[in-house]
Order: sequence, then C-alpha cells, then structure tokens
Amino acid sequence: MSEATAARADDPEAAWAQVLRPAAGAAPLPRMIAAQAWLEARLLVRNGEQLLLTLLIPVLLLVAFSLDKSLIRGTGVNFLVPGIIALAVMSTAFTSQAIATGFERRYGVLKRLGATPLPRGGLIGAKSLTVVGVEVLQAAIIIVAGLGLGWRPHATPAAAAWVVVLILAGTAAFSGLALLMAGTLRAEATLAAANLVYLLLLGVGGIIFPLSRFPAGWQPVLLALPSGALSDGLRSVLAHSSGFPARDLLVLACWAVAGIALAARTFRWD
Amino acid sequence: MTPSSDTALPDAPAVEITGLVKRYGRTVAVDGLSLRAGRGAVTAILGPNGAGKTTTVEICEGYRRADGGSVRVLGLDPVAGRRALRPRVGVMLQAGGIPPAVRPAEYLQVLARFHARPLPPGLLLERLGLAASARTPFKRLSGGQQQRLSLAAAVIGRPELVFLDEPTAGLDPQARHATWDLIAGLRLAGVGVILTTHHMDEAQRLADLVAIVDHGQLVVAGTPAELTGTAGQLRFRAEPGLDTDGLIAALPAGSAAKESPAGHYVVEVHDRVDPQLLAAVTAWCAEHGVLAQDLRIESRTLEDVFLELTGGELRS
Repeated sequence: MSEATAARADDPEAAWAQVLRPAAGAAPLPRMIAAQAWLEARLLVRNGEQLLLTLLIPVLLLVAFSLDKSLIRGTGVNFLVPGIIALAVMSTAFTSQAIATGFERRYGVLKRLGATPLPRGGLIGAKSLTVVGVEVLQAAIIIVAGLGLGWRPHATPAAAAWVVVLILAGTAAFSGLALLMAGTLRAEATLAAANLVYLLLLGVGGIIFPLSRFPAGWQPVLLALPSGALSDGLRSVLAHSSGFPARDLLVLACWAVAGIALAARTFRWD
Repeated sequence: MTPSSDTALPDAPAVEITGLVKRYGRTVAVDGLSLRAGRGAVTAILGPNGAGKTTTVEICEGYRRADGGSVRVLGLDPVAGRRALRPRVGVMLQAGGIPPAVRPAEYLQVLARFHARPLPPGLLLERLGLAASARTPFKRLSGGQQQRLSLAAAVIGRPELVFLDEPTAGLDPQARHATWDLIAGLRLAGVGVILTTHHMDEAQRLADLVAIVDHGQLVVAGTPAELTGTAGQLRFRAEPGLDTDGLIAALPAGSAAKESPAGHYVVEVHDRVDPQLLAAVTAWCAEHGVLAQDLRIESRTLEDVFLELTGGELRS
C-alpha cells in the first residue's frame, strides 16, 4: 500500500492521497469541550466591546460610586460590591453570551459546528465553561478593587459557598435567557435587545440603586426578576450575613428552568 | 460507543438516495431524486440555481429531514445516525461558517482536537498555501484563502466521505488547481467526494459520475464521457453573413450549421466529425472563396449537454 501510493514530488495528487487516507473517529468528549472553550475564550478576549462590557464597566461603576458618595446617598462599598458582582454575571452570562451566540448563528458558525463531532450538549458545555471562567476573572478583579476601596464582607466559608451557588444559579438563569434570545431573534435584534435589557436591569436590578428606594408595590416584582434576586441574594449573604438565601435561589432556579426549557424548544441553529 | 458505529457496513456506498422528496410549504424542492455515489469516487451534482442541489446535500449531511424516500450515508440514516456519522463525514458549507475573528492555525488546531487521528494543522496550512496567513483573522483573508481554510476544515478529521458545496466558487486559477489536486487526492485515497458546482470544466475534469438535476429531479447521470457522447462539432471563423443554408445543403444529411455570433460558424453532427464532413466543409468554402480561419474539431462539452438538458435559461 505504502509503495503503491508513494508520493512523488511532481505528483501533488498522490502526495495528497497519502495523507488523506481515511482514519475517522471522534475525540473523547472532554477534550472536545476543552478545545472549544479555549477557542471561545480566545475569541472573547479579542473582542474589545465584550471586554469593555464584561470587565471594564463593572469595575468603573464600582470605583465611581464608591468614591463619590454624593451620587447615591447611603450606598457604600459594602452595598455596591454584591450588586457589581451581580452585574458582572449578567453582563457575561446574558448580554455578552446573547450577542456572541446571535452572531455565531448569523455567520453559520453554529451550523458548521453541527457537522463536527462536537455534540450540541458539548457546545453548550464549552460556552458555560467559558462564561464561568470569565466570571472567575471578573470576581477576582471586583473583589480586589472592592477590598482596596474598603469593602469588609462577611467572609465565612458558608457565605462563600452561598455566593458560589448564587452565581451559578444566576449564570444558569441568564444563560437560558441569552440563548432564548440568540436562538430566535436576528443577530442585530439580539444585539439591540441584549444591550437594552442590560441597561434596564442595571437601573432596576438592585445593582447600584437600592430596591428599597422604589415604590413598595414595585419591589416584589423587581425581586422576582433574575437581576433583583441575584443582587439581593448576594447582598444578604455578603453584607447582612443572612444564611441560606432561599427565596432568591428559588427565583433564579425558576428563571433557569423556564429559560433553558424555552430556549431548548425554540433555538434555531441556522 | 458501540464497536459497530465506527465499522458499520464498511462496504455500503458513500451515499444512496432513493426517491427523495423534500417540500418547503407548497414548493417541492426535491421531487423523487435517486442517486448512488461510490467510495473512492467523485460525484458531481450539477444543476441551475434552485434545482435542489443544496437541499439534497443538506439532507445527506443530516441538517434537514426528508419528507419522502430514503437516504443512506455510509449505510446509515443521516438523522438517526448523525452522532456516528459526524466524525466520519467532512463538510464544506457554501457559506463558510467560520468565526470572522478566528485565525486559520488556531481554528484548525481546535477542529483537530475534535478528532481521534487528525491531520496535523500545519501540514494542511502549508499544502494549501495558508502558512503565511496562519495568524491572519478569517475576515481579513482573501476569498480564495477563506475557501481553502474551509476545505482544510472539511478534511482535517480524515473522513471517509466529504461534501463540498461549490468548493471553487470565486477562486483564482491557482487556488482552483490547488483545490482540484486535493480533491483528486481524496479520490485516490478512497474517500467518497460529493461535489456541487457550477463549473462544467471542473465536473468534466474531476468527476467519475456527473448527476444533472433540475426542478428537484435527476435529469441524467453518467460519466462525463457517457454524457458528452460522441457528438462532435466543427468550428471556424470567416466573414459574417455566409449562406449557412447553402452550406448545410452541401453537407451529409443530419448535419446542422449556424452563425453564432457574427463571423463564427459551427457545424454540428450527431456522430463523430469524420474526414468526409471536413472535406465537404472545406470544399464548400473553396467553391465560395471563403478562407476558414481557426478551423477546429471539438467534441461536445459537458456545458453543451447541461444547457441542452436544463433549457439554458438563467435562473436565480
């Protein structure tokens, strides 16, 4: 066989034939997911707007509102840090992911991936890994900045555990909504809507402005939104040393289940 | 993974389509198409725009479900067997599907990690002339470079079968030849190649089997030689306005002659052009004081056959 197909320098067809002998097979799933997550992370780092949204804006807001107490009275750094962490989760899991996925769908990237050995569940897994990786980076930056600004959290092991659970639940809730949007709307509509929702939830999500300043009738509604539940949960654990944030976790879990189920039913891959 | 998923039906044809039907609403895109494509062979699907080529290929790729008929890819149902087929089938989409910001080297590295025994990305980049652009974002590559990266992505997993949807559309001659070398290499290596194209010369040059489809149906299938047959033509150039009716009268029965465009003449016969026909044409020219220039004998091309069978009208 090898003699029969021995490549000659002047015969490009035979040279190709030698390397193209079929030897098909899928790689193990974890290796595929790791490779795809690595690619998604690299593409994200290369995208200036995404970095601005996920890394710069949360820190800028934290620094600006911590230093100038006249902007919003009665909200020090201890109030702000949990809200900014919630904002970071929202920007990465929802806005950034919705926009990126919407354009991947538009450019046929998702369709093309559907022809590779990477299964759809593996692609979702890779995206989730990338989101969590960015969130870890965001949290590190926010925590360092917050400590520098005089943040004194209730840092017990239990509190840390609840923070992780809340962030994961929030990530699941926002990711479901992001994929619901990216899988049904046109890419440009997703871009506009994801940014609009981001601004809206920044205002009414308990991120910077306390929900207690809103009319009493609004508060249950705002606490039932994923942004309000996540910021309230983080704040109750980190600032008020409350225990198990049951109500907020339940709200996030409901959004996660509903969003992911709807996205799974409606997502269009091309 | 069951052992059979990698080895199922090793002797099954690359693609076997029987009576395939696909409708979009009330439009029938594919209307009872049947086709059998072998391994180690290049099958070219030709047809006007809207003939059902891409729909047929996308059903084979598992992207769409058939409304009727049966499709077997390497012996498996393309939808039910998708998980087993994906590692074994390489796909080059018409629209690319490559992220605009990705660099060729990192893209192929990631795809290689999806496969058990991939080709080295560096080898593909070098052989396809992409080594110098290995770190250029996809969106800044030329159209030809983008197409070649897409082709590299289709073969990196060392598939048993590849679907190439218009692989040379918009390529310069050099890039086309590089692509043709690779396709010929795939064929030699025993890989099945299903190719859609608008370039008749490409099909004539590469394909073992040419399938011409129109209105969702197979019009004809055969080797390029079978399709072009033995019919021949004789062409020459002379002053415009010759009496072609007079010329026809001087030729053996069954011959045809026409002027198209002005000053260019073509004489067609159903059989091979023989010495008697050539003599008759030159004798008529001598008699009428016509100097036939660029006189040449040609066989029918695939393009002639294609235009004849599909009516030749432009559709989009």
